[in-house]
Amino acid sequence: MKVNEIRALFPILHQNVNGHPLVYFDSAATSQKPLPVIEALDRYYREYNSNVHRGVHTLGTKATDAYEGAREKARRFLNARSMQEIIFTRGTTSALNLVASSYGRAHVNEGDEIVITYMEHHSNLIPWQQLAKQTGATLKYIPLQEDGTIDLNDVEATVTPAVKIVAIAHVSNVLGTINPIREIARIAHERGAIIVVDAAQSAPHMKIDVQELDCDFLAFSGHKMCGPTGIGVLYGKRELLEQMEPIEFGGEMIDFVELYDSTWKELPWKFEGGTPIIAGAIGLGAAIDFLEQVGLDAIAAHEHELAQYALERMADLEGVTVYGPKERAGLVTFNIDGVHPHDVATVLDAEGIAIRAGHHCAQPLMKWLDVTATARASFYLYNTKEEIDRFIAALQKAKEYFSHVF
Amino acid sequence: MSSNHPLDQLYRQVIMDHYKNPRNRGVLEGTNVDVNMNNPTCGDRIHLTMKVEDGRVADVKFEGEGCSISMSSASMMTQAIKGKTVEEALRLAHIFSDMIQGKAYDDSVDLGDIEALQGVSKFPARIKCATLAWKALEKGLHGHEHEGR
Repeated sequence: MKVNEIRALFPILHQNVNGHPLVYFDSAATSQKPLPVIEALDRYYREYNSNVHRGVHTLGTKATDAYEGAREKARRFLNARSMQEIIFTRGTTSALNLVASSYGRAHVNEGDEIVITYMEHHSNLIPWQQLAKQTGATLKYIPLQEDGTIDLNDVEATVTPAVKIVAIAHVSNVLGTINPIREIARIAHERGAIIVVDAAQSAPHMKIDVQELDCDFLAFSGHKMCGPTGIGVLYGKRELLEQMEPIEFGGEMIDFVELYDSTWKELPWKFEGGTPIIAGAIGLGAAIDFLEQVGLDAIAAHEHELAQYALERMADLEGVTVYGPKERAGLVTFNIDGVHPHDVATVLDAEGIAIRAGHHCAQPLMKWLDVTATARASFYLYNTKEEIDRFIAALQKAKEYFSHVF
Repeated sequence: MSSNHPLDQLYRQVIMDHYKNPRNRGVLEGTNVDVNMNNPTCGDRIHLTMKVEDGRVADVKFEGEGCSISMSSASMMTQAIKGKTVEEALRLAHIFSDMIQGKAYDDSVDLGDIEALQGVSKFPARIKCATLAWKALEKGLHGHEHEGR
């Protein structure tokens, strides 16, 4: 993988921030966008912007072909059996809410159990918390090991036959832990539960095969994988999606409408009420093409190298605590003794380095780590070891600066 | 590090002093003003307790967790309003709000240490850190404006 050639495709990376060349280490929050994606959006709006699935004019046909073409790309990206299993949503959050509201409300009853983990992002936590409250079901948490991984024995112990839904992150946005989804899916299925996978932090960075994982639902967002904001995908097994009721009603999703009753379109459109996210889907399609051209395996290998290099260099820094396991996805969450993560982020920003500071939408995990906030550097295909060197130098500066002002 | 580092206008000595040695830290028992506030986007939180008697802030203490800016701002705020009338305290909160947003502010009032936070206005991402304690103050004093008259 030639990082310089890749970087050349990301115009935003070539600028100075606060007098220094930008180092963008916040891709886990949102990734930057390459020219092929920016140009696909531009072309859609300049050349064939039209509504889809209606009318007979030429531009409408072009827009429909591009929108449905993006669905086929998403199907290929996940190796789903059919395009009917690919529903476009606003993002991971709305995809997970769709499953909780539709599948959850229909299948979870009082006395049932829902299982999640301590490392869930709020978007894969609150929908289940709400579902448990509404149905009288019990929400249970799979505990974490000291290093932030999950022990399959704990999964066996937590997922009892009363469990209807197991919802879990593929990759933790804080710890970088990569969870063994296939094994957890097997346990869930043995106990008669379904498994819902939050792939927001994995889909951008590694090859996903939903048939191999044997997950029932899987959700991801476009904006974390070089695509635009406002578009995401919910994958669901066809036999489950077919039984489910829509949660949004209106145009585009109906078959026949009468005065007092209506019927729904077939999959996947029954879940896409209203004018769909046409430009977003086209942009996502371009992002998928781009990532596949570079190669998901090459991206995963590159990020693994960066993360291991960052861990190595950070181990040499005194007073720096890193959270999470050694084998991890491309991010490092940490704290510097005596310096609040906001202050770390401000010092790094003054050096042109963008990182995230705060609770990362994972408040229960912060409690588990016994911290109020952390700093996080997250890497993507366009980052380099030289940038990590600058990051390490800036961390040293932050330590020095705060020991000086104290 | 050189004294003219660009961050020095943010992390002034007096700010770091309040961060390291917070004034009025703790929780007052049996008070009539008790406010919990947090900044849900970053996890900073403050617990502010005040004794308001005869329209005056007779005593005040704060507890909390957060960055140097949010905690020093809380410390300075308690120092500034202790003994002040409710009206004076709210006026100070108003002036502070103008100052921190980089607007022109009433400079007829001596701000003391608080003035050191002026540099925060140049760091938009940190303004919310500085205002947390003052928002808690405004919430706590709301409804006490006309007491003791």
